[in-house]
Amino acid sequence: MHHRSISERIADNLNVFILAIVAVIMIFPFFYIFAVSFSTLSDFLQNEFFLWPKRWVTDAYEYILSSENFIRSLGISTFVTIVGTLINLFFTSTMAYALSRPIAGQRFFLFFVLFTVLFNAGMIPTYLIVKETGLIDSVWSLIIPIAISPFYLIVMRQFFKNVPDDIHEAALIDGANELQIFWKIMIPLSKPALAAFGLFYAVMHWNNYFTGILYINDPAKWPVQVVLRQIVVVNEPNAALGTASELLMDNPPPPETIQMAAILLATLPILIVYPFLQKHFAKGVLLGSVKG
Amino acid sequence: MENQTTITNSTKKDTEITIAKPISKPMKIGKKIWKQRFLFLLLLPGLVYFIVYKYIPMFGLVIAFKDYNPFQGIWESEWVGLKHFKNIFATPDVLQVIWNTLNISFLQILFAFPVPIILALMLNELRGNFYKRIIQSIIYLPHFLSWVIVVGITVVFLRSEGLINAFLHSTFGWEAIPFLTDPAYFKPLIILQVIWKESGWGTIIFLAALSGINPQLYEAAIIDGANRWRQIWHITLPALKSTIVILVILRLGNVLDTGFEQIFLMLNPFNMEIGNVLDTFVFFKGIQQADYSFATAVGLFKGAVGLILVVLANRLARRFGNEGLY
Repeated sequence: MHHRSISERIADNLNVFILAIVAVIMIFPFFYIFAVSFSTLSDFLQNEFFLWPKRWVTDAYEYILSSENFIRSLGISTFVTIVGTLINLFFTSTMAYALSRPIAGQRFFLFFVLFTVLFNAGMIPTYLIVKETGLIDSVWSLIIPIAISPFYLIVMRQFFKNVPDDIHEAALIDGANELQIFWKIMIPLSKPALAAFGLFYAVMHWNNYFTGILYINDPAKWPVQVVLRQIVVVNEPNAALGTASELLMDNPPPPETIQMAAILLATLPILIVYPFLQKHFAKGVLLGSVKG
Repeated sequence: MENQTTITNSTKKDTEITIAKPISKPMKIGKKIWKQRFLFLLLLPGLVYFIVYKYIPMFGLVIAFKDYNPFQGIWESEWVGLKHFKNIFATPDVLQVIWNTLNISFLQILFAFPVPIILALMLNELRGNFYKRIIQSIIYLPHFLSWVIVVGITVVFLRSEGLINAFLHSTFGWEAIPFLTDPAYFKPLIILQVIWKESGWGTIIFLAALSGINPQLYEAAIIDGANRWRQIWHITLPALKSTIVILVILRLGNVLDTGFEQIFLMLNPFNMEIGNVLDTFVFFKGIQQADYSFATAVGLFKGAVGLILVVLANRLARRFGNEGLY
């Protein structure tokens, strides 16, 4: 190893230190929110900074989880995330596979897809077609209009293209048709990749707020992100949680701890899948193929 | 590559065998489609999706040239020519909104864009792989949180009774600063949120470029007596140059996109004037006030200018490197 000068050593230590601070800034809000969500009102009101609850209470969580509105929104988001992701995978993989084969008009179809990235009709005409297809105020409006991400489609096509042609040839000689090749060979072969795309789609669905606010007017059909906005950003936790206020306890927990608990509950699924996500993007599943 | 050509040749041969006599062109296309019917079957669901939810709305853009009335429908509504487009430039509100959009975009390019580059350079200089991986795990995380969560965190920290104001009060005795309602804080907060959420994830593309550098370059530099600073300056930074140039150009192609969710969640009556951007404007006008035609015209204006910018940006990007968006 080559000799390190003093200035280099100082710079190295400073580098480590600054990156540590950056990491703390990224993660610290969650510790604070976690601590407050489990604290009592009086501990919170002392306005002291703390990262660990002084006295553990679960009032805020009991309160939120007794709210029908909140539970319902969690249910809707869970449904949209699971069913939506399956639909995403079906639509994306079938089309990606078809376009990865020497299909007639391949160049045209690719342009057909890519053009929608460069130019789209915009919010209002899309809204009108969603309305025409009867999806307004239906959970399907959170699924169908975003059935394919053109970006993931292109990446998945590249993935299928990288499968050696010998496999197709062998299967074709054995008398298999493209449908069978797709279902019996390509899908099992690309399970890890499909899992990666599925995770990314699932995160998109869980986090989706835009189509919720655009297509769902009925508060009883709001996904969790829209309800979360009512609780925290609009700052009306009791109105958003609805019936819960009548339900529980003589002195309900303070709005502050309720808001913290709501933020944490909505983040939890992401934190749970994060290690799996990481495994995939560490392998560069999505990045490597962008350049292709 | 060669492998592929031989295979297409062999399939062609098959076709020639099955097609005995010369046939007309449309017949040939029909034959080809029939031969590939299973592929087309697989293509179909996606194709229908793109037609219904991407292309049919493009025909819906005609309402920008009409006075759309939901009761008459798209086709029956009255044609008004360029009335709505003339209105765009006659309405001070819209000009303000266009200005806000450009303003926020350029602030992002100026302040948020360089952060991942610096972070990537710092990560690249780290010695220990273990430490590097921990830092990466943490700084990638915010990318996967929703904007509602990010704005929610902003709200609980910065409101008048929030942690930051409590800290400023107990330490300096300051009155609460209205971070969320004073328009002066709107743009800095938007930029800081973008930095917090996306700069960790943004390092990935630069780290990929850095990992492509030939290690022999560094070895040669060390033999030549170059210290770490000179290595960074003469090897690392030049290696990032083309990536940076291309990303800046592509970002310029998207200057009219400021991200609907973040801005919409941060807007309130106090900062509406300086914070309202094209996307949120279209939402308020079209969806909330049901002024469909005017909102569509503004959206079409944005889409058309955006298309031109992206195409130009790609041309430019290709001149600098070899990879564009398409």
